[in-house]
Amino acid sequence: MPWRYVGRRLLQLAVILFGVSVLVFLMLRLIPGDPAQLLLGEYATPAELEQLRHKLGLDRSLAVQYWVYVKSALQGDMGVSIRTGAPVFQEIAPRLIATVELSLAAMVIATLFGVGAGVVSAVRQYSVWDYLTMFLALVGVSMPIFWLGLMLIYLLSVKYPLFPMMGRLSMGLDIPVVTGLVLVDALLSFRPDVLWDGLHHLILPAFTLATIPMAVVARITRSSMLEVLDQDYVRTARAKGMDEWVVILRHGLRNAMLPVVTVLGLNLGLLLSGAVLTETIFSWPGLGRYVVDSLMGRDYAAVQGCILIFAVIMTLINLLVDLVYVVLDPRIRIHE
Amino acid sequence: MRKWCVLLTLLVSLCPGLAGAADQPVTGGTLIWGRGGDSVSLDLAQATDGESIKAGIQIYENLVKFGDNSMDIEPQLATSWEVSEDGLTWTFHLRKGVTFHDGTPFNAQAVYDSFARVIDENHPFHSYGKWAYLSLSLGMVKEVKVVDDYTVQLVTKKPYAPLLNNLALWLCPIVSPKAMAEYKDQIGMHPVGTGPFKFVKWVKDDQIVLERNENYWGDKAKVDRIILKSIPEPSARLMALQSGTVDIADDLDPDSIALVKKDPNLEVIEKPSINIGYLALNTEKPALKDVRVRQAIAHAIDKDTLIKAIFQGLAIPAKNPFAPTIWGYNDEIQPYAYDPQKAKKLLEEAGFDFSTELELWAMPVSRAYMPEPVKTAELIQAYLAAVGMKAKIVRYDWGTYLKKTANGEHDMCMLGWLGGNADPDNFLYGLLSADTAVTPGAANVALWKNAEFTELVKQAQKIFDKEERAKLYKKAQEIFHREVPWVPLAHSTIVRCYNKKLHDVPLRPNGLNSFQMVWKEK
Amino acid sequence: MNRLELFTDLLRNRTAALGLCLIAGIVAVALAGPALAPYDPLVPAPLDRLQPPSAQHLFGTDSLGRDILSRVIHGSRLSLLIGIISVTISLVPGTVLGLLAGYFGDPLDSIIMRVMDVLLAFPAVLLAIFITAILGPSLPNTMIAVGIVYIPHYARIVRSNVLSLKQQLFVQAIRHLGGSHARVILLHILPNTFAPIIVYATLGMGTAVLQAAALGFLGLGAQPPQPEWGAMLSEGRQYIQMAPHVAGFPGLAILLLVLGFNLFGDGLRDVLDPSLRSR
Repeated sequence: MPWRYVGRRLLQLAVILFGVSVLVFLMLRLIPGDPAQLLLGEYATPAELEQLRHKLGLDRSLAVQYWVYVKSALQGDMGVSIRTGAPVFQEIAPRLIATVELSLAAMVIATLFGVGAGVVSAVRQYSVWDYLTMFLALVGVSMPIFWLGLMLIYLLSVKYPLFPMMGRLSMGLDIPVVTGLVLVDALLSFRPDVLWDGLHHLILPAFTLATIPMAVVARITRSSMLEVLDQDYVRTARAKGMDEWVVILRHGLRNAMLPVVTVLGLNLGLLLSGAVLTETIFSWPGLGRYVVDSLMGRDYAAVQGCILIFAVIMTLINLLVDLVYVVLDPRIRIHE
Repeated sequence: MRKWCVLLTLLVSLCPGLAGAADQPVTGGTLIWGRGGDSVSLDLAQATDGESIKAGIQIYENLVKFGDNSMDIEPQLATSWEVSEDGLTWTFHLRKGVTFHDGTPFNAQAVYDSFARVIDENHPFHSYGKWAYLSLSLGMVKEVKVVDDYTVQLVTKKPYAPLLNNLALWLCPIVSPKAMAEYKDQIGMHPVGTGPFKFVKWVKDDQIVLERNENYWGDKAKVDRIILKSIPEPSARLMALQSGTVDIADDLDPDSIALVKKDPNLEVIEKPSINIGYLALNTEKPALKDVRVRQAIAHAIDKDTLIKAIFQGLAIPAKNPFAPTIWGYNDEIQPYAYDPQKAKKLLEEAGFDFSTELELWAMPVSRAYMPEPVKTAELIQAYLAAVGMKAKIVRYDWGTYLKKTANGEHDMCMLGWLGGNADPDNFLYGLLSADTAVTPGAANVALWKNAEFTELVKQAQKIFDKEERAKLYKKAQEIFHREVPWVPLAHSTIVRCYNKKLHDVPLRPNGLNSFQMVWKEK
Repeated sequence: MNRLELFTDLLRNRTAALGLCLIAGIVAVALAGPALAPYDPLVPAPLDRLQPPSAQHLFGTDSLGRDILSRVIHGSRLSLLIGIISVTISLVPGTVLGLLAGYFGDPLDSIIMRVMDVLLAFPAVLLAIFITAILGPSLPNTMIAVGIVYIPHYARIVRSNVLSLKQQLFVQAIRHLGGSHARVILLHILPNTFAPIIVYATLGMGTAVLQAAALGFLGLGAQPPQPEWGAMLSEGRQYIQMAPHVAGFPGLAILLLVLGFNLFGDGLRDVLDPSLRSR
């Protein structure tokens, strides 16, 4: 494991996070709209507004505000939500877990179906199946995902009520919260009914969120597989008379996975982006929806906290992808 | 599959004869209430948003309350009250044998702590909150006095008749003193009141769960639990109601309500509201200074079609600055008829420059008084175009919108008023007098400064006889009608959409109710 | 490869040809606009609202009674404009930054790429929302926001191409022969980065249209009564049950346009640079 490389990347991460913190802070203050006015609504008097601004520290200079924000952030305190008065961390944690659950589920769907479709396409190149999958993959990345989500709800929840249309669990079902991940908690408390219910709720939003990565993964798997299947060792294996699928899976897929892993990693970041819209449509109580609501409500501390978390996750994933790359393929040296 | 079974049972249960007698209240069940967003704080004294209020009023009670289906004052935690001769001291006799959800007894000290924390800067709980909207709550109260365990007195700064209306508003809840001391500034996350439901849990952006208060002093709630579920997407909210996932769905758009009405499993109740949605014309802008131009705009807009198309008939056209459900309404006023020809003539007479493009500001959020602000703006734009006036639709985010309109930066802007404490003064003085037309922070966004009108409404504030006051208000409405600082658009109808399995669903003209008596068929 | 060859190759490539057809069709509709549209796209007819598709209104009417077909036709101009302008906004600065970073190396490289990393650390939709919130909701601001969001992507692609070009013999030879930096960059490096940029820009048009539609969906995009497809779709979601056509047709239009760009971009990639296929 190249530790010096990891060290340097972590240092870069710190620089990026610093940049993100400054950028978020400045952008938030550049957005017109007064948090105090939003909080008090159409009936507020100027005096009430002034008082609230003072209470929230919004009447202090930008430099002082930034200093306060950074100082407490370094101590692990992300501040207090302007709208609810609760510590931002407390607001973010459960929502983050909800988003993670949705993203992971989407990732699983994208990997399973994407890789599967890609492999079959590569093996049966130029078949009807190949054309159809690749065309569908293109349609998948060309579709507004909120539109797809709405259509799925309309078709599969309303017209033919096969799936619940919103939320994480049926109303009234209750399990002790251990990890916050519904499926895991259901397993931990031995509740197959809750597990089933949670899965049932997860499918539509996860599928919606998975469309784009699924399409991307299918395409990349196909092209990567085509390349690998053309290699000498695969031909040799075939010549030795090994079973076709064994060749494909053991020699082909294993070696074709590298670019797929990269794409999967990079798409996790995209998933966070997609979560903003998917969560709104499926009433999923996650971070994507929260950050947009907070932004609209000019809840500075909350937005800052969310964006920092997004940034940490995205940069860590990038680092991880690079490391996995190195581990999977020792031939690749780290350049620069 | 399961859904089908549910649907089937539902159908069966709806067949008369098969279902249990629908007029026999039953206890039990969970009421699921779908709404557009999460609450912000369940400390109602700090709440300024509807989603907090509708959840909080299930938990808290006040000294007095509005009737279940009207805005008349009734006793709640106070059993009786009287006012001193000079009109300054109000004495309230409190209900005995009431306890908070945490077991703390309800008494005069609790009232003292709940009120003093808002108005007394030296009260230990004062720093735990941001106390807004004082003018609608306790702003007029100078002092709270504990007389004995079950008697409190409120001393006002000057004689102030609407005090009872303020006390009945959500802003004056009685909160457990023990809980306030324990949770400090987090009391909004851990509400403890005396109401028919007590707080169980809150999953942010998802649901708030309330449970029947078994020790309630009055009629105990019928349903076991209420779950308030956040469903931000309006179409998803409608589908949730149709599929039976939720029992009540709030804030549906007029088209969806029309669908609900047609659905045999669903019920819609309606009530005339006390709100108003209006188009304010900035009288300080040169193009709108001439009253004939403003009258022309009033003639150009076809309110009947607007209500038919955009409100789906769920509104009545407005001609005065407040609704006919409020006393003092001048019904003799003849509204400006929809007459594009006349509008054109008036504009020509006024020498209006048809090349000017006016800004038409559209609200970015929908409110009960303006359910479809953008479509309303698009329609108004088209009506103005039909008489040769060019208008450009302008949108800002809500916070900026309020600030800029209060600063008089618009030409025409759409706004409204939910009705406050339902007194004409609230509308006429609050939104139209010269006193409130001062920027920045003008509530009178037409910046209309009419001396005669202002004199009339200020005079009315000092009179305690309702009849006499009404006379002045009627006169003021005539001036308003002549001068057209606003084009009053509509008074929207308040509705509640719910599953027919629910019974005894109440609806107040402001849409805020306790669901204590609601029961659900098995 | 000369231009004619490129063109015939493109036409022979089925993917590219299909994409080109879609795009050409929509461009034709956009150009013919007013002549094709049966009604005025902006004038409401409130009493004819939410009519299902019929002979009079092929795509039905929207909630203010406007003809959806006419609005979709007029909207094609806006969507094409969004694609072209946003991509230009990301392409030009992105290319310049990538060239500078790749060619001159550290410290400029580190500075530029760290700034790009900061922008990339934001989820794209959020960054776009931020920028539109700062600038105010309007169509031009949407284009600017979407444009800025994708600057780092172009910078990265160009940079990595420049890095590998710099190593190549001919570039080093020119430098040794006394070619100035500007000459080397403009005449020898830039033209050689065109292929990947063109491919990425074509695909980027589709992304930009989708991104703008997402902003429209959140109410931050085009302002009423402009018939922008994303905004129309957003309006239609409210009527998904009673009048699915209101969201259906604009959604379909978006799908076709974006699909066109993606197909064409794919084909272009195959033709221009087969080694890029795995991207």
